[in-house]
Amino acid sequence: MAASTLTEVGPGAVTEAVGAPAVRLGQVSKSFGRPGAAQTVLDGISLDVAPGEFVCLLGASGCGKSTLLNLVAGLDRPSSGTIEVPGGRPALMFQEHALFPWLTAGRNVELALRLRGVPRAERRERAERLLDLVRLRGAHGKRVHELSGGMRQRVALARALAQASPVLLMDEPFAALDAITRDVLHEELTHLWSETRLSVLFVTHNVREAVRLAQRVVLLSSRPGRIAREWTIDLPQPRRIEDPGVSDLSVEITEHLREEIRRHGQN
Amino acid sequence: MARTEADAGTAGPPGGGPDAGSARPRGGQDRSEHPDLAGLEAGLDALETRAPVRASLGGVLLNKVLPPVVAVVLVVGAWQIAAAADVKPDYMLPGPLDVWDSLADLWYEGTLFEVIWHSVSRGALGFAASLAIGTPLGLLVARVRAVRAAIGPVLSGLQSLPSVAWVPAAIIWFGLNDSTIYAVVLLGAVPSIANGLIAGVDQVPPLFLRAGRTLGATGLRGIRYVLLPAALPGYLAGLKQGWAFSWRSLMAAELIASSPDLGIGLGQLLENARTNSDMSGVLAAIWLILIVGIGIELLVFAPLERRVLRSRGLLAGTS
Repeated sequence: MAASTLTEVGPGAVTEAVGAPAVRLGQVSKSFGRPGAAQTVLDGISLDVAPGEFVCLLGASGCGKSTLLNLVAGLDRPSSGTIEVPGGRPALMFQEHALFPWLTAGRNVELALRLRGVPRAERRERAERLLDLVRLRGAHGKRVHELSGGMRQRVALARALAQASPVLLMDEPFAALDAITRDVLHEELTHLWSETRLSVLFVTHNVREAVRLAQRVVLLSSRPGRIAREWTIDLPQPRRIEDPGVSDLSVEITEHLREEIRRHGQN
Repeated sequence: MARTEADAGTAGPPGGGPDAGSARPRGGQDRSEHPDLAGLEAGLDALETRAPVRASLGGVLLNKVLPPVVAVVLVVGAWQIAAAADVKPDYMLPGPLDVWDSLADLWYEGTLFEVIWHSVSRGALGFAASLAIGTPLGLLVARVRAVRAAIGPVLSGLQSLPSVAWVPAAIIWFGLNDSTIYAVVLLGAVPSIANGLIAGVDQVPPLFLRAGRTLGATGLRGIRYVLLPAALPGYLAGLKQGWAFSWRSLMAAELIASSPDLGIGLGQLLENARTNSDMSGVLAAIWLILIVGIGIELLVFAPLERRVLRSRGLLAGTS
């Protein structure tokens, strides 16, 4: 496929996909357990992510955020509804780095290239470019345990990018990092996204993180997960988490999030 | 210019046409344009990574070599004192020097290495056969639910059955020949190798399997690129135990099934010394069996295991 040719990343890269969404969820529901005693985790979720769009899914525990990402990633099937990802299997980043400890940082990236059929001769060079992209030049031969938490997540990001999918799914990828590192990785991610114009579906329970990163924030209610509200965020990028605009909107969204949580205490 | 992986450029539908190649870098989006961020990340990386510390030769000698040497010297010393004090008569408790003389006799007769090699080659061959049978068996039990339900409990139960219990049965089935000995070795080692692999597979974090699947490692590719490498530490532990079981079973078999046709291995050496009431010879044979067992563990399995664990940061004191 065309993915094996090297070109350059730019804002025009995905424009041919304009018109069709990068991810389309139509009335997606998911239940677990036996029929009859099943528990509904997601109920009638309809959501489009446009090519190059950055969407944050926000919600309290039990809203099915991670379940939703698993469905989009194809790791699980919805009980009903449709999921379309025209660009093929999306890349997925987890809260834990999920790097394979028996491989070096570079080999982890190369494995992703290998599994999508990149010829051996190109893999090494491409892996080094991807590591360079996340500012880990020279980390190719490093073992996973020799890297700090932030570096591991950047290698994981490089590995996800190596999949060459137009859609990147992120499941609370920075939740386990310290605040300073998280802040730096927010900046890094915004920067990478503005260069590559990937479609990003980012799950978090951190309101400020959502407002700091996203073009659109989607609030999910809990048990069952439904779309409660959406905000479009016009604040210019690059933003900072301390920006007054980010702060103000975070206060507003937090109020709605708390309202959703309170409803559960009333039953 | 930022020459980067253009993979995002292929985001369009398949056959996305000439546009895919014309993706151009955004003007002025060079990586070096963000010196602040680059410097910040470099600083964080430097602060959070520690250079691995490699132990000095003196430290290794002091911490790793000295303690076992001291322990052996103490044991031999206590033995010598007990023998000199005639706690038991000499024919029951010869001193270390008498045992040393027995070993020296074997050496001068030229049979020492022959005897050791006879047993070690049998042990190695039996272990290799156990490996060839135990590995696919373990994988099958670990991955196929019906097979696991059927023979999983039997396989782990077999581990607690001393393989010496098979010797009488094997003699009746195969007679006094090498088949008997190999049968006993296999029955001892195959379950532990298979169980090691099963434990290794069971302990693979599900996250690795999920990550592998999102990368496209499904089916056989999932087994090859994710499952087997992830299970390697458990598998190696199983191999180590499998060797110990092979060696033990072999000695049991050689000790009981002795016949001139079988040649002289360490087990027969021990049995012959017993029939001659030669206690120095008995102790010499026990020492040899112990030394060969420990030696192979130290020379083959320990370095292998250490290498695997160290590369994954699982060895205490290296991460």
